[in-house]
Amino acid sequence: MNESILNSVLLLVSLGAVTALVLFVVSKKFYVYEDPLIAEVEDILPGANCAGCGSPGCKSFAEKLVATEDISDLFCPVGGNDVMKLVAETLGKEVAEKDPTVAVVRCQGSCEVRPKTTEYQGPKSCAISAMIYSGETDCQYGCLGDGDCVTACKFDAMFMDETTGLPIVITDKCTSCGMCVEACPRDIIEMRPKNKRDLKVYVGCLNEEKGGIAKKACSVACIGCSKCEDVCPKDAITMVNNLAYIDPEYCTLCRKCVPVCPTHSIIETNFPPPKVKKVVEKKVEADPSGEVKSVNLVKDA
Amino acid sequence: MLKTFSKGGIHPPENKLTSTKKIKRLAPPKVVYVPIAQHIGIPAEIIVDRKDKVEIGQVIAKSGGFVSSNIHSPVAGTVTKLDMVIDSSGYKKQCIVIRTDVKNETNFQEVDYPLKKEIDLEPAEIVKRISDFGIVGLGGATFPSHVKLNIKEDKKMDCLIINGVECEPYLTADHRLMLEKGEEIIVGIKILMKALHVHKAVIGIEDNKHDAVELFKRLTADEKEIQVAALQVKYPQGGEKQLISAILGREVPKNGLPMDVGVVVNNVGTIFAIYEAIQHNKPLIERVVTVTGKKLDNPSNFWVKIGTPIKDLIEEVGGMPEGTRKIINGGPMMGKAIKNTDVPVTKGTSGILIVDEDEACRGEVKNCIRCGECVNVCPMGLEPHLLMNLSEKGMYEKAAQEDIMTCIECGSCSYVCPSNRPLLDYIRFGKNITKNLASSKN
Repeated sequence: MNESILNSVLLLVSLGAVTALVLFVVSKKFYVYEDPLIAEVEDILPGANCAGCGSPGCKSFAEKLVATEDISDLFCPVGGNDVMKLVAETLGKEVAEKDPTVAVVRCQGSCEVRPKTTEYQGPKSCAISAMIYSGETDCQYGCLGDGDCVTACKFDAMFMDETTGLPIVITDKCTSCGMCVEACPRDIIEMRPKNKRDLKVYVGCLNEEKGGIAKKACSVACIGCSKCEDVCPKDAITMVNNLAYIDPEYCTLCRKCVPVCPTHSIIETNFPPPKVKKVVEKKVEADPSGEVKSVNLVKDA
Repeated sequence: MLKTFSKGGIHPPENKLTSTKKIKRLAPPKVVYVPIAQHIGIPAEIIVDRKDKVEIGQVIAKSGGFVSSNIHSPVAGTVTKLDMVIDSSGYKKQCIVIRTDVKNETNFQEVDYPLKKEIDLEPAEIVKRISDFGIVGLGGATFPSHVKLNIKEDKKMDCLIINGVECEPYLTADHRLMLEKGEEIIVGIKILMKALHVHKAVIGIEDNKHDAVELFKRLTADEKEIQVAALQVKYPQGGEKQLISAILGREVPKNGLPMDVGVVVNNVGTIFAIYEAIQHNKPLIERVVTVTGKKLDNPSNFWVKIGTPIKDLIEEVGGMPEGTRKIINGGPMMGKAIKNTDVPVTKGTSGILIVDEDEACRGEVKNCIRCGECVNVCPMGLEPHLLMNLSEKGMYEKAAQEDIMTCIECGSCSYVCPSNRPLLDYIRFGKNITKNLASSKN
């Protein structure tokens, strides 16, 4: 009885010893040196593995940060300036400070203003319906409404508004990783600078058709009238292919362009309500549902 | 036992409503919209300008490269504008808009050329003329025909196959053309045999077109070099790889061309267009189109000028029936739903199919039950369920390894799937991405 216990104990101990020896030899022989900085930098990074920086994940981005001499081109959009500052301190390198950005959806073509002329029954994916045809409406530049951007967002920062059929960005959650920009087959989503109060002025349309055709397809389409371009004091607005674009670099958010747009296709967000002096009711006819929508047009704003 | 291809295939209801309707010539429309991208390959380059007067058959857009084709004016008239018009791709594409000159008599002449049997041109001249006269494959793929006839030196051709299968349900354009222009087609075949230096031609016709089989057997009774092969009815027998397998029992290698097994395949419509180009100097400016649908008053076959808006054809068959849910450019299996009725007829339009709710709408998509029907019916021996999953999950490299690029997009898998899964949609999408990935690598 005693002997059998002793035997098994000895056997297991010797087995353990031999295995330990083998493991020890192997670990010495095949040891791969890894810069401890990599692990340190990876700890600082957010760990979302979103690929917004261009590397496949945070680990490989950390490797890149450690390996590259000049890291001023590299930026983690999720962590932002704070994380990049910490990384720079750890590595003793210089980083460039970038303004935070946020995704904006440049299409206002809700079911109400942009009537559907056909019905799509294929797989619910923008990429596939864009491959098949120009979409359910007559606008071949606007949102297809199948939510590829929402699927691509790893931060729950987007959702589809069921009444309008358009995606909405939750600005507080958006990390500007850029996955939605890549997922959209129509390039509708753009990264625009996010200032402290998240004030933005941008053209909510991408339709390059001539005015009449664009307006027929969607009542809030940019018709390329150039009124905003004329009124802009900083020359921030350019007209290309019947479409206005506001360059955020030059735009001072003066909002002079917003009231002059005849189709209301310039969007302003998060501005405090203006001090109303005089309100003029103006009827908008192009509402396809037949109801006459009244819009408050503010003078002297 | 009649011959057919080896792998897969399905038997959708034939619904050939118009097989007894004679082809009627339509008067040219008031305005034609001629897209410059009517063929596979590089779009043609416009060589006319606004307000230019054009003659019938005049070149209005020049071939943009080797795999490209000339485009000729289908009517005599005036170019009113160069505009963007929605074509069958669902997107706005560059079009030449020509207003027909109603006073010009050439527009209204009923041209029925007398049969001309002697072939005067030399092989090289034949290929040149086919290229100049804008002939493309009229079966639906619109591949420029002269490219098929430029055989590489190391390949040896021994057989020309004429595709008179018309395996798509509903369509009867090729069937009627064979019945009405049989002798011309035989001359066309001889022209191509001369151009290719081959001494064997086989006309493949499915057995549901008895009259055409009989007619061609009679016409070729004295021709030693031309045979007629009656084939079992099975979709997609009109695919060139399937047709070669059915008639000659040869398998075209993966990613290969019919050329690799010594064969050139051409559609009967193309053969007739070649006949007219070579013997009567007529470029490709019109084609046969079947306008059909169960609810139509009078479905028919028409000779239609390229660029005629589809709404003109629908008017001709008695107007759009009530409850129409979908208009398909092509047949029900491989055709493409169009966005509106302003879409013009192009060189690839073999039919216009108008369907109602019952036929148009897809069923509810359910989970895959692993029944393997899609694998059974795939004529290329692929695994459609796997390819769909791979492209849905974005695993395009794996999909390429599983030969996604050999799919001929016949739609048999989507047709048989008991769970209504959109197999072909995803496979087509995967093919698109794989193609782009491959071209970006090069």
